Amino acid sequence: MTNAFNGPGPDAVFAAALAEGRFMLQQCDECKKYVFYPRVLCPHCGSPELAWQFASGQGVVYSTTVVRRKPEQGGDYNVALVDLSEGPRMMSRVDGIPPHEVSIGLAVCAHIIDDPKKGKLLVFTPAQGGVA
Amino acid sequence: MKATDLRGKTAIVGVGLGGLPGVLNAAPNRSSMEIQTEAVHQALTDAGLKPSDVDGLFTGSSHAFMPALSTAEYLGIRLKISDTTMIGGSSFVGHLLPAAMALQYGLCDVALICYGSNQGSGFGKLKSMSEPQTYEAPYYPRHPITSYALAAARHMHQFGTRREDLAEVAVAARRWAQLNPLAFARDDLTIEQVMASRMVNDPLSKLDCCLVTDGGGALVLVRSERAKDFPRPPVYMLGTAMAHWHRQISSMPDLTVTAAAESGPRAFAMAGLAPADVDVVELYDAFTINTLLFLEDLGFCAKGEGGAFVRGGRIAPGGSLAVNTNGGGLSCCHPGMYGTFLLIEAVQQLRGEAGARQVDNAHIALCHGSGGVLSSQVTALLGDASTL
Repeated sequence: MTNAFNGPGPDAVFAAALAEGRFMLQQCDECKKYVFYPRVLCPHCGSPELAWQFASGQGVVYSTTVVRRKPEQGGDYNVALVDLSEGPRMMSRVDGIPPHEVSIGLAVCAHIIDDPKKGKLLVFTPAQGGVA
Repeated sequence: MKATDLRGKTAIVGVGLGGLPGVLNAAPNRSSMEIQTEAVHQALTDAGLKPSDVDGLFTGSSHAFMPALSTAEYLGIRLKISDTTMIGGSSFVGHLLPAAMALQYGLCDVALICYGSNQGSGFGKLKSMSEPQTYEAPYYPRHPITSYALAAARHMHQFGTRREDLAEVAVAARRWAQLNPLAFARDDLTIEQVMASRMVNDPLSKLDCCLVTDGGGALVLVRSERAKDFPRPPVYMLGTAMAHWHRQISSMPDLTVTAAAESGPRAFAMAGLAPADVDVVELYDAFTINTLLFLEDLGFCAKGEGGAFVRGGRIAPGGSLAVNTNGGGLSCCHPGMYGTFLLIEAVQQLRGEAGARQVDNAHIALCHGSGGVLSSQVTALLGDASTL
């Protein structure tokens, strides 16, 4: 059993894994549901028995917006909510296509990139085949 | 003891505004506390009271870490109870609950709810004490509009809501504001102008967003048994309920359903009322999508039909449902947090003192506060003496 009260906190574990290029999700040993963002208690059932699993990286865009920004400040960019195939939803962005072409329902897969400001950053790109 | 025991037991006997244009002082170089205190003075004067009569304080702030301490010290008052529950812009509608409980249990005799900010003149843009959210911040969402844009995009995708429908909300708010001498934005506005305004976060354009202004609001509450001793017609709290399901938008279970779907029915149950009984509706319209979501979640129309519901000026002056009769956050004022203004406008409507924007035969008002990013939801039903 992986009691989340032991050792480094789940925030630190997630960040350390991401820094090494791995996208990890917690899964509750009690109710079997996946948890994101990382926590010490399962938000579904209250159990502290949360085990780390490799995320599949597969997801679908739940909603999307283009944050408008002047070209000289870097131009428009995408912010999306992605429903992971394991169940949880997360904020991220979809790279690889213009920000305004990201659409709700688009199948995406996760990538860990080197962001100049944020270090390792989890983003998504359209999956092979496109629409989920 | 049950929630319905609070129905009608608390009366609002004074309201006041500060920092708005028109008859009130909207000069620059006034601090948030100065604007708040102008509103407090107006409310206490309205109630025929002095600061020293206040013994319960319910407040929140965009600038002070311990706002009850700062406010009480500034007013020179000594309190028996204070509460600074901070759930965003809905906080002040939420404060009706602890205020009503404190009055009912005799913990205080005169409760003051207040807020003030110089957000418009002091900062010139939205300023928030909100801490960055660890798992959202790396993607640079623009707080708070990106979250509302994501909700609007989802609503459009799922229900076929159009940008014109969102624009209809902004135009209705503007038409009410044109009847309100205290509103900041009173120029003519058309659906086409809203559609053509600068896109900020698709699908929300600049005119889908609330104003950033100065403003203060204050309310004085007492136990209903004393309400007739005060100079103005009392307005009674018939029902209030709170619900919140998330903090950040990525944790909102369904972006098309807010916790108003829970707070609304509970508030109606406490009041013994239904949406059809409501004469005036005041909804926290930080963005145009809010109005659609709350009309749906509070039961004024079915889920997904908010866009169709507002078409053709239905919530504008002369329409079948009077919504945001002061012009709302979109066109009246929005000094960081808007909650007090929902209540004050409802009180003025129920007293029959709303001038050109007065709704005929207004006996029951619904105020709905929202805080965070569609996060906290508080619904209150207020009524005049005929509703007790």
